[in-house]
Amino acid sequence: MTKQIHLAAHFPGVNNTTVWADPRSRSQIEFSSFEHLARTAERGLFDFFFLAEGLRLREHKGRIHDLDVVGRPESLTVLNALAAVTERLGLAATVNATFNEPYELARRLATLDHLSGGRAAWNVVTSSDAFTGENFRRGGFLDRADRYTRAAEFVATARELWDSWTPDGLSRPFAHRGRHFDIAGEFTVPRSPQGHPVVIQAGDSDEGREFAAATADVIFTRQSSLEAGKAFYADVKRRLAKYGRAHGDLKILPGVSVVLGDTAADAREKAAEIRRRQTSPQTALLTLEQIWGADLSSYDPDGPLPDFDPVPDSGITQGRTRRGDTVAIAEKWRALAQEKGLSIRQTVIEAGGRQSFVGTPQAIAAELDAFVQADAADGFILVPHLTPGGLDEFVDRVVPLLQERGVFRTEYEGSTLRSHLGLAEPAWKG
Amino acid sequence: MLHLSAAVDQPSVYDAASYVDLARLAEHGVLDFVTLDDTFARPGLDALSVLSRVAPATNRVGLVPTVTTTHTEPFHVQAAVATLDWVSRGRAGWRLDVSTTEGEARLFGRRHAAPAEELWREAGEVADVAARLWDSWEDDAEIRDVPTGRFIDRDKLHHVDFEGSGFSVKGPSIVPRPPQGHPVRVVDATEGLARRTAARYADVALVRVANAAQAGAVRDQLRKEAARFGRNPDGLRVLASLLADLGDGEHAAEPGHGGGGPRQTAQGPLYRGGPVDLAELIASWHGSGAVDGFHLTPAAPRRDLERLVNGTVPLLQHRGLFRTFYPGSTLRDHLGLARPANQYAGEAS
Repeated sequence: MTKQIHLAAHFPGVNNTTVWADPRSRSQIEFSSFEHLARTAERGLFDFFFLAEGLRLREHKGRIHDLDVVGRPESLTVLNALAAVTERLGLAATVNATFNEPYELARRLATLDHLSGGRAAWNVVTSSDAFTGENFRRGGFLDRADRYTRAAEFVATARELWDSWTPDGLSRPFAHRGRHFDIAGEFTVPRSPQGHPVVIQAGDSDEGREFAAATADVIFTRQSSLEAGKAFYADVKRRLAKYGRAHGDLKILPGVSVVLGDTAADAREKAAEIRRRQTSPQTALLTLEQIWGADLSSYDPDGPLPDFDPVPDSGITQGRTRRGDTVAIAEKWRALAQEKGLSIRQTVIEAGGRQSFVGTPQAIAAELDAFVQADAADGFILVPHLTPGGLDEFVDRVVPLLQERGVFRTEYEGSTLRSHLGLAEPAWKG
Repeated sequence: MLHLSAAVDQPSVYDAASYVDLARLAEHGVLDFVTLDDTFARPGLDALSVLSRVAPATNRVGLVPTVTTTHTEPFHVQAAVATLDWVSRGRAGWRLDVSTTEGEARLFGRRHAAPAEELWREAGEVADVAARLWDSWEDDAEIRDVPTGRFIDRDKLHHVDFEGSGFSVKGPSIVPRPPQGHPVRVVDATEGLARRTAARYADVALVRVANAAQAGAVRDQLRKEAARFGRNPDGLRVLASLLADLGDGEHAAEPGHGGGGPRQTAQGPLYRGGPVDLAELIASWHGSGAVDGFHLTPAAPRRDLERLVNGTVPLLQHRGLFRTFYPGSTLRDHLGLARPANQYAGEAS
């Protein structure tokens, strides 16, 4: 049988992927936007709806970053409300394992699983920076190396709590004593419909892959070429056996963006226009400042790149992922600008990420299918650039074609997220 | 104006539909709000999650979950309460409580049980920092100014730089200022230790007492203390909190109860009688100025809420004492409380 594709919808996030300046763009905060996108995803029979998390607003040059979408509601609260306006769609929240405690978070996740009838998922992320820690009792207190050991023990502890009630509704005391957590007592929530909410892991690092292979049900990865995708897929799936897990126990879903057009040329034109909108003149300069580690506000975004080398480890931007070897990036970008005669803004657009799939609905459906059948993925997490209508067209035009190809469901077969993903209910460990 | 509210707690109930039903029933009775209690010490779902699930299934009734402040992160708590206000379009409240037992402390393994006095002082700090974080975004901070490429005016976002006795928070919040500005903060002020925190920070104080004179005395004290904290005492609603057992028919089965008033029990003051006599009691306590309204916990959740809504409420409406529809849309509207000004407005960030 041909492999079935899994699809998820990512609510547009707080980075410059989201084009807030588009006249069709609506609130990033009001419930109606979440309801629109979730209902679209459910109409498209998606596996789940995905929310990211932020715990400290990003800062640049010591001030709050103001060029991208800023602010968002708290994920689990939004998902509980969405459970009221959807029936089958999985509901995934990103929640940090560093700035939460297992007892409380396991309880909130089990609650969502009860209230949604078995549709809860948790995307486990780790972070340890002192910048984010300034909002919390504990502060930034973890060594980078400890992030995954804490996350692994956190998930294991949560599962002990979820297993502490017997399947027939008896509560039994638990006790967990480990390096990061020493807790005991009784859990307040009976075993939830899925047994354990689905666990997602996001990140491509070696540690992240190992953590996912040992622990996660889904891995949310970066999209790459077909060849790199196949290599990643094979590597992660190979690690499963070590933990006594089967090939199908972990689904690999890259985050992708899709641009549709009536013709291939139309789609390419739209894609270029979106990239231009994602990179305003101000965003272009800011991106450059992040790499150069210096104030470039006197530069003209339509003029040439700076001719001096970046300042390493400037700490100019707080609360966002590091960019790696900035000197090398700067060299590459200067070469690119020189070769094609590009301005600062044109260089940032040219060198920046491109949409993953650009084309007609027929071409996109064929490509997505090929990607999955070639074992470069088990499906995709779609990241739209518009709130909240960014997936309307995909659901209306691409999903029917995937169904015609026989690689995507035509109705929900089960009621839980585990059933959509083809994951077994976890055995109760009494 | 009389204010009425009811608890929708149901022991050993874990499905959404049961809570939605009771909240809708309360909304049918035009009640100001429903409460759902929460503790780490007894079985039960996370209350704020339950009322978030209820929000899209109701339109007007206020939603007040208990969220404890002892073992939780103030930053997460305020974000969740603000988000409840967003998903309910301005109907969120928050009943603050503390976790006093060693058993609860062991569930977290981070600190030992502490004296209630210390925990209520901390709860006050959490109430304080929550309001600061709700204000850390001015209402018009989001500008979406295309020519300058700016999504927000960052001069309208503020670090709160809060230093409490046991924790600190930098800010600003991750969530923009909620629809009500500040969701309604509720504190059970029956115990002396909590009363001070209520007088300083609460919008609604609950008082578990068995007669109108006692209720009036606590109300006077709360208002005086609120004034000492620099508040306008009219910004504080004091509600008598009673258990209501309406199972004994139209009139009080036992002499001395029902029409005669509640009696003190181990679970708190209990009113036992019929819906008609309850209406009489409500009218009498409220008419004497002892309280601004009532918070009723049904002894049998569905039965007694139905009797309250279908029996007591229509009588109060008939006498012109209680609203017949919701004139406003937010919980603050129902309670007659103004939307608070932003403490940071106009300050440099």
